[in-house]
Amino acid sequence: MNGSLHLWLIPLLPFAGFLINGILGRRLPKALVTTVALLAPLGSFALVLIAAVSTYGSGASGPSSVLPYVETFRHSWIHAGALQINYSAVLDQLSLVMLLVVTGVGFLIHIYSVGYMSDDPGYARYFSYLNLFLFFMTTLVLAGNVLLMFVGWEGVGLASYLLIGFWFRKTSAASAGMKAFVVNRIGDFGFLIGIFLLLGQFGTLTFGDIAAQLNANPALQGGIISAIALCLLIGATGKSAQLPLYVWLPDAMEGPTPVSALIHAATMVTAGVYMIARTHFIFDRSPFALTVVAIVGAATALFAATIGLVQTDIKRVLAYSTVSQLGYMFLGCGVAAYSAAIFHLMTHAFFKALLFLAAGSVIHGLGGEQDMRKMGGLKRHMPVTFWTMTAAVFAIAGFPPLAAFFSKDAILNAAFMHGTGGKVFWFVGLVTALLTSFYMFRLWYLTFHGERRGGEHALEHHGAAVHARADTRLVMEAEHAHEPHESPWSMLGPLVILAVLSVIGGWIGAGRFGAFLAPSVGARTAEAASSTLEWTLTGLAVLVAALGWFIADRMYRTRPGSADQLAASMSGPYKLLLHKYWVDELYNAAIVKPILAISRFLLEWVVDVAILGGAAWLLGGLASLGGAILQRWQSGNLRSYAAWLAAAAAAVLIYVLWMYSPNSLAILFSHGAGH
Amino acid sequence: MIPISWYLLLSAALFCLGVVGFLIKRNLITVFMSIELMLNGVNLSFVAFAHQWHLVKGQIFVFFVMVVAAAEAAVGLAIIIAVFRARSTLAVDRIDLMKL
Repeated sequence: MNGSLHLWLIPLLPFAGFLINGILGRRLPKALVTTVALLAPLGSFALVLIAAVSTYGSGASGPSSVLPYVETFRHSWIHAGALQINYSAVLDQLSLVMLLVVTGVGFLIHIYSVGYMSDDPGYARYFSYLNLFLFFMTTLVLAGNVLLMFVGWEGVGLASYLLIGFWFRKTSAASAGMKAFVVNRIGDFGFLIGIFLLLGQFGTLTFGDIAAQLNANPALQGGIISAIALCLLIGATGKSAQLPLYVWLPDAMEGPTPVSALIHAATMVTAGVYMIARTHFIFDRSPFALTVVAIVGAATALFAATIGLVQTDIKRVLAYSTVSQLGYMFLGCGVAAYSAAIFHLMTHAFFKALLFLAAGSVIHGLGGEQDMRKMGGLKRHMPVTFWTMTAAVFAIAGFPPLAAFFSKDAILNAAFMHGTGGKVFWFVGLVTALLTSFYMFRLWYLTFHGERRGGEHALEHHGAAVHARADTRLVMEAEHAHEPHESPWSMLGPLVILAVLSVIGGWIGAGRFGAFLAPSVGARTAEAASSTLEWTLTGLAVLVAALGWFIADRMYRTRPGSADQLAASMSGPYKLLLHKYWVDELYNAAIVKPILAISRFLLEWVVDVAILGGAAWLLGGLASLGGAILQRWQSGNLRSYAAWLAAAAAAVLIYVLWMYSPNSLAILFSHGAGH
Repeated sequence: MIPISWYLLLSAALFCLGVVGFLIKRNLITVFMSIELMLNGVNLSFVAFAHQWHLVKGQIFVFFVMVVAAAEAAVGLAIIIAVFRARSTLAVDRIDLMKL
């Protein structure tokens, strides 16, 4: 194995696609735009596959002898004093898995988008943004130092902002993009502080060097390390939509559905998990920070799952589900089971991308309808979508032998075996699993089973809010799409592939996956559960999944209407959940409004109007006052000019005489005698 | 011998008369004559100093001043005549066409 993997091409191919479609896209024929847009991620995916195969096929003792493989660009990026930062790419087991997910799922979603966005006037712009996202995401994953990772980190935030606000003429989409950007900025600020602290502590930002320094100094623990870890965690909560910064993700559903699938479910939002796994050597040194990670994850998982119970917008249910599943991954990281977290990240990328794409197919087939109360009975109309969605629903609920069964189980087991508070985390995770199973089957029943509840009347009757949210293009389409119809094969193909992956994605098994990742993220040191205990835990997990299915079945299939009765009888908690715990309102009142008020008072009135405006007025006033005074001199009266001239000449004369010989005036008059 | 200070006092008196005349007189010709008076006051001090220090430069300078004064008189009188033809007056306060 020599240094010829050409990792740098992996991000640069999508970047080339971005440039071509971004600059020329509007003038190129659509087929060419599509070709460029699809070739870029395909090329990246192929390169990743080549890298995977060649690292696997070479080396006497398996991949760990050649990985991590570091590729450094000859010229340094930043060179200031002792600080040297290079463009460097690191390929190890962790980034390999992540790259496969990003480029693989990314490529499938590109294909899906060809069908989904086919009528959109912003077709080329859409694909250029999507390629831009892949560029930044692969940069983030491959980065060999924290700063380069931060560039990718900010870049995916930019791509996310551009794509959420893709239909920028719609106010809600534009403001959702703004919200995502601003909330992410808060997290990024924490990340940035973490980078500064890292630099101050270690003098380098390269992952390998930091890890080496930590290894060389086993006493370095807590204190500054905890501070760094917590700052990084703040960054991760912003990007991965964890408490308290999760609020942007549900609103991000304003973007096109494939974007929700790629960026806001499968890849970008998992960047926080990836970052924690990548810097696990820092978190490992701070048990306190790890506990905070686990608490944040568990709390988010439960919190978001409860909100997901009552949402009626199909994409919002999935959005809260994403937040909740990301909480699982954080929980996994928090109990130092990084490989389990990455395992869940991978399976989640499969089934959640599938769920979103299937939901997009449903929305597409219904002409823009996103309200589940007006769906139902779609099983007959959209068989492929139904079956793929079914695979995803059973996968996320955690039924064996589907993907999430293995990964969720791995996290729950790791949590159970974790020392302090592990049982609590495990219990929260189990309750979340029950809720997850319930709301996913609720979605499944409401969408595909029973009779179709929507129709033209319902659409008009309740349509205003939904219409405002629905994709503009699809609303136009609604006028001629009366009957639900199945989507084209460019959309169904990715669904089928992802469905297969959702089924078999977990078969590698958490143990083998963990062993594979061990060189990157370290093997778990916690004692393994006895097999009896392990089977009990697994059985319990399956049991709660089945229980969730059973409750959903009772409420939405066998006894329809019971859900409404329950909502009526528990209107307090129901309203609380329906309004998402009033968190948006709370943030609005506690943070946004005060900041606006302070800005308005301090910045607008005090700084802008009083200080800046006042200074301008003062200068202008002084000038015109001076003018008014000096104006009197320029009377236009020749005599007054002459008088001033004479007076001034006399003054100068007297002054000069006085200065050079104070006695001269006296001499002039008293000493007249002369020669 | 008359001391130089007498010459200088006379010179200053002539100059001041010229200044005052320039400032208070209304008739353009009188103003013009006041200017000549100032010039000659200065000339007198030049000559006095030249005599005092036995230097010829002061006297040469006086010739220059007289040449300039002659040229000024020629141009000035021509302007005065032109002004009188145009405005039928020589009062300086009335000749204010350029005033804002």
